[in-house]
Amino acid sequence: MSTIVQPTAPRSERGTTQTLRKWGPALIVFAMGLAAWQWLLPALGVERYLLPPLWDVLQAFWDARSELLRAGWITFKEAVGGFVLGCSVAFVLALVLARWRPLGNALMPYMIAANAVPIVAFAPITNAWFGTLSPWSKIVIAAVLCFFPVLVNTLRGLTSVRPESLELMTSYAAPQRVVFARVRIPNSLPFVFSALKIASVLAMIGAVVGDYFGGSTEALGVQIVSSVSVAQYETAWAAILVASLLGIGFYATVALAERLVLSWHPSIRAGVE
Amino acid sequence: MTVAEAVVTARGITKTFGKGGVTALQDIDLEVGSGEFISLIGPSGCGKSTLLRVIGDLVEPTAGEILVNGKTAHRARLDRDYGIVFQAAVLYDWRTVVKNIALPLELLGWSRAKRAERVSEMVKLVELEGFEKHYPWQLSGGMQQRVSIARALSFSPALLLMDEPFGALDEMTRERLNAELLRIWAETRSTVIFVTHSISEAVYLSTRVVVMSPRPGRITSVIPIDLPQPRMFETREDPRFFELVTEVREALHAGGGDE
Repeated sequence: MSTIVQPTAPRSERGTTQTLRKWGPALIVFAMGLAAWQWLLPALGVERYLLPPLWDVLQAFWDARSELLRAGWITFKEAVGGFVLGCSVAFVLALVLARWRPLGNALMPYMIAANAVPIVAFAPITNAWFGTLSPWSKIVIAAVLCFFPVLVNTLRGLTSVRPESLELMTSYAAPQRVVFARVRIPNSLPFVFSALKIASVLAMIGAVVGDYFGGSTEALGVQIVSSVSVAQYETAWAAILVASLLGIGFYATVALAERLVLSWHPSIRAGVE
Repeated sequence: MTVAEAVVTARGITKTFGKGGVTALQDIDLEVGSGEFISLIGPSGCGKSTLLRVIGDLVEPTAGEILVNGKTAHRARLDRDYGIVFQAAVLYDWRTVVKNIALPLELLGWSRAKRAERVSEMVKLVELEGFEKHYPWQLSGGMQQRVSIARALSFSPALLLMDEPFGALDEMTRERLNAELLRIWAETRSTVIFVTHSISEAVYLSTRVVVMSPRPGRITSVIPIDLPQPRMFETREDPRFFELVTEVREALHAGGGDE
């Protein structure tokens, strides 16, 4: 009866071997991918304007590193700004809709429908609203992109509490405030973090695409567009590389925060992804 | 049966779900004395869980009156007179064993020191020493249910309501926890209302067994269990035990409970 699931074995030499076994294949594929990019594509006659060889892209990055990193930083700030804005508004609204369910029932169909709208289509409009050069036109696109997944997932997390959990709180005569603080919000956190990970990716997309429709010449998306227009494909690819690394870094940061906050969650404690 | 100090008095409890719908409970009268261990037994649909929830003010009766320690059930709930244990342990996944047990104490505004003291007593009571910092998913089903019992008892409620608490456990674990529950009941002198569909469990644990039957849910008989206290492992082999099991079974069948 007292069988307990032990946390995964401490990292020993065996652990290192296992780690290598787990990540080794992925690393090999990564190396093969880079090699194919560098040598196979030119050998197959893929033109430079379609995809320049890896080394040329790295060279272009090095030559333009200070502008690219500055541009990346500007776009990244837009993405993070939109992420924070969109996710916080969505979280607070989800709390309100979970607290007053008739309101939630009245609004949710529209929220779900709005979620299916291709929001980047509004990018030119936000430029008109907030000014093409203003970071706010990009922040708003990123925020709206983040808003819906966070709203829908948070609401699901707040409301998918097993009935007995709530009956227990009722038996303690706990007021709604306490039910939210002690049960609904902790219960929603795994859902919230799944949504935040999606939102981190969407925020980056929103900011870069927002740049495509015009913006400060220092922003990353604008640099990609202008590099392509003057046939500097290597620089465009280098900028895409910067955007990708920033996006991955953003996602990884959210995933790390998830691990710290949800340290109690079985999937994290047992090391199952 | 004369009851010196009634903890629960139910009079004419009727519960129907929906307009002109199913009658879950019809005209239930029940009196539970202080320190009693009452089992509600009956086939599914006889309303035993509903009756438990009506007593605990989790479900409002359509008609009738419940008094708990002389107060309305609603008042009793606001006064935190109920400790509840469900079939599932209903532990909060994000709280360790000690934090789960301390939850009602936090809501009652106990100081940290007082909480820690009571929780360690409770951990001892349910024999979970060494598992204080474990999370629910690291415990077996039986251990989870013991945490749930410790949580229900932590604030010494006037009444312990248990809804098939061992229904999901294997037979061995169930028998062990039955013995443990009786020990805890004797040590804490609590009053227990216990829903079950196991005849032997009801006879083994209870001072009285309340037999219910479905459509409409009603009490068909109340059988006092005169087995000596404390109940031991050998109690289950006592000839009187088998007589009482037979009596409860026949009462169930007479009430249409053999479906």
